[in-house]
Amino acid sequence: MPKVLRVVDRRRCIGCLSCRQACARLRGDYSPSNAALDVKTAGGMSGEFIITICMACEDPACMEACKFGALTKRSGGGVVFRKDKCTKCGACARACSVSAIRMDKEGYPIICTHCGYCTRYCPHRCIATKEV
Amino acid sequence: MLHKDFIRVLYIDLTKEEYRFEERRDLFKYLGGTGVAAKLLEENIKPELDPLDPAQPIVFANGPLSFVMPVCTKVVATFYSPHTREYGESHAGGRLAMAMRFNNIDAIVITGRAKHPEYLVIDDKVLFKDARAMWGLSVEDTGKILRQHTSGSGIRSSMRIGRSGENLVSYAGVNVDTYRHFGRLGLGAVFGSKLLKGIVIIGDEPVKIPKENMKKYREVYDSIYDTVTKTDVMEKYHAVGTSINVLPLNEMNALPSLNLQTTRYEYAENISGERFAKEVLVRKVACSGCQIGCIHIGQFRREFDDGYEYETVNVSYDHELVFALGSFVGLKNPEEVLQLIDVVEREGLDAISTGVALGWATEAYKRGIITIDDTLMPFEFGVLPNYMAAVHYIATGKNEFYKALGRGVDYASKKYGGQDFACHLGGNEMPGYHTGYGSVVGFSVGSRHSHLDNAGYSIDQARTREEDIVKKIFEEELERNILTSLVICLFARKVYNRDTIIKALDAVGITLTNAELTEIAKEILRTKYRIKEKLGYSLDQIKVPKRFFKTITLNGKLDEEKANNMIKEYKAMIDELMK
Repeated sequence: MPKVLRVVDRRRCIGCLSCRQACARLRGDYSPSNAALDVKTAGGMSGEFIITICMACEDPACMEACKFGALTKRSGGGVVFRKDKCTKCGACARACSVSAIRMDKEGYPIICTHCGYCTRYCPHRCIATKEV
Repeated sequence: MLHKDFIRVLYIDLTKEEYRFEERRDLFKYLGGTGVAAKLLEENIKPELDPLDPAQPIVFANGPLSFVMPVCTKVVATFYSPHTREYGESHAGGRLAMAMRFNNIDAIVITGRAKHPEYLVIDDKVLFKDARAMWGLSVEDTGKILRQHTSGSGIRSSMRIGRSGENLVSYAGVNVDTYRHFGRLGLGAVFGSKLLKGIVIIGDEPVKIPKENMKKYREVYDSIYDTVTKTDVMEKYHAVGTSINVLPLNEMNALPSLNLQTTRYEYAENISGERFAKEVLVRKVACSGCQIGCIHIGQFRREFDDGYEYETVNVSYDHELVFALGSFVGLKNPEEVLQLIDVVEREGLDAISTGVALGWATEAYKRGIITIDDTLMPFEFGVLPNYMAAVHYIATGKNEFYKALGRGVDYASKKYGGQDFACHLGGNEMPGYHTGYGSVVGFSVGSRHSHLDNAGYSIDQARTREEDIVKKIFEEELERNILTSLVICLFARKVYNRDTIIKALDAVGITLTNAELTEIAKEILRTKYRIKEKLGYSLDQIKVPKRFFKTITLNGKLDEEKANNMIKEYKAMIDELMK
């Protein structure tokens, strides 16, 4: 069964950013800005944390927006990214209604593969992979 | 800098509104943090000028492990302290270490004075922004404005001062990301003297992990991550938090209370960490890169009007705050303590110094050394409203008395009397432990007069033999220079033993041996003492106020002569180090 990444309990988040760091590490980078998921505060540290991840849409708007075939449907939800076809136009990021796609410094979209590596580094089990 | 052989220093001149970067290979051997910051302070300090002269520098430094290894979360600030008028060093967590790392900045040196109140935004470039409209605003309100007007939510850090910093209160701090602080020794006043209201740093640059390091890095990271999250090494900080200390310290006659008239507090149970957790704790948050989440947030509501009109306030608390703004001033329940913390936070004061100042003022008032003409209202241990008003008066320098109180208990007691019960050590207000010679001597000789310099309180609690105390203080003071150069949060000191440190450094491409690390620690401590000497400081000048010998500790009543001899013994060890 394919798995997808889900936010299980956002309210438990302490904002340690270990998940973002884990994703970046997998991508060969130390910087949390280079991660497929995003954790930030609404209203500063006294506000709640917001965790933005790819929602693994069955009918992905990002894929629809990509005119170059760089995004194809992933089994279980979400998309598979083909860098060789990407023109760095950013249409996918603009199309995502929850802003789950960010662009890296080279201009490519950072697409979540739903591998679940980040979930191993969440000390409070806020995120998890679920079979679909 | 990560996988480079230099320290990248950002120099900012507020007067000229200019900045430049330097890649300093010569600084690389001092690791980062306290090592690099002390060196840069030594280079840039102007001993002949006042601590608040525009020419004086503010230095920040993170370290080679910042964010890339678990719980390496701190930034070290060094400056000429307007409070003790000697070496100033203060540490803060939050997101600052990460934001600097991913802006490719290892250290920052700020000099000059802005033409009018300004704040800095450090992104791809350094922007000098108008802060005139924010001057006079609280830490909290300033933070909200900075957030609204900058990008990078989640990967930026925001520092700011409150009114106390603007008004040059010598123990004004700098707030970092709402719940962390460069609290001690008056960095906030140095910001104020430069008309610098705040700094926002955005850390969104990628930093590639070299392919050849990847395997090693992941292994070492995972092993440290597992120690942090799956063992009980750091449990104390995670669960009840540092305020778990309140009850045990009280039971061992070591909780400074009522201006250190006693170390056993009648209401300790009511303000214990356990009581806070039960009644007011609502959540915990973490510094970036720390899985522990030791920042305990307490909440209270206040009815501001009839008809069930409430405001809700969140404040962070810790042992030091519960002691300084709790037992030291006789408050009796968590909600009262949180209310006092809240005003101290809004004004941007150092919590420990403020609490100790209020404690001294209360006793001085009781004894008739100061009168209502000075204080403008009666002071009584345990009476909250007047303390809350007094905090505002300190921050704004309401009258001559509050201006003096805003320079600390050493200064105020020299002016008004009551030096015997002015609870400072080396000019800095005491922290929340009166455990024995280790604490009194340790805080006195500590290079920044902080309980975290050498943890003398911990040496006492281990029931160390008297003749071994000074040696242990010296060894710990030396060793912590490594931790605070890397910059590892001291709460993780048991995770990062020498073996782990060497492995962690190796994983990011820095090869050092045990002996080399020890030599670096020595050179860093020497640097601090060279600065101290330039500023006219000497360990000979330390005079421990009488109160420390009158009030019982865990190790009984202390003997003044014995303590003074220990300070001399420490001085001899420093003299030996400096040869």
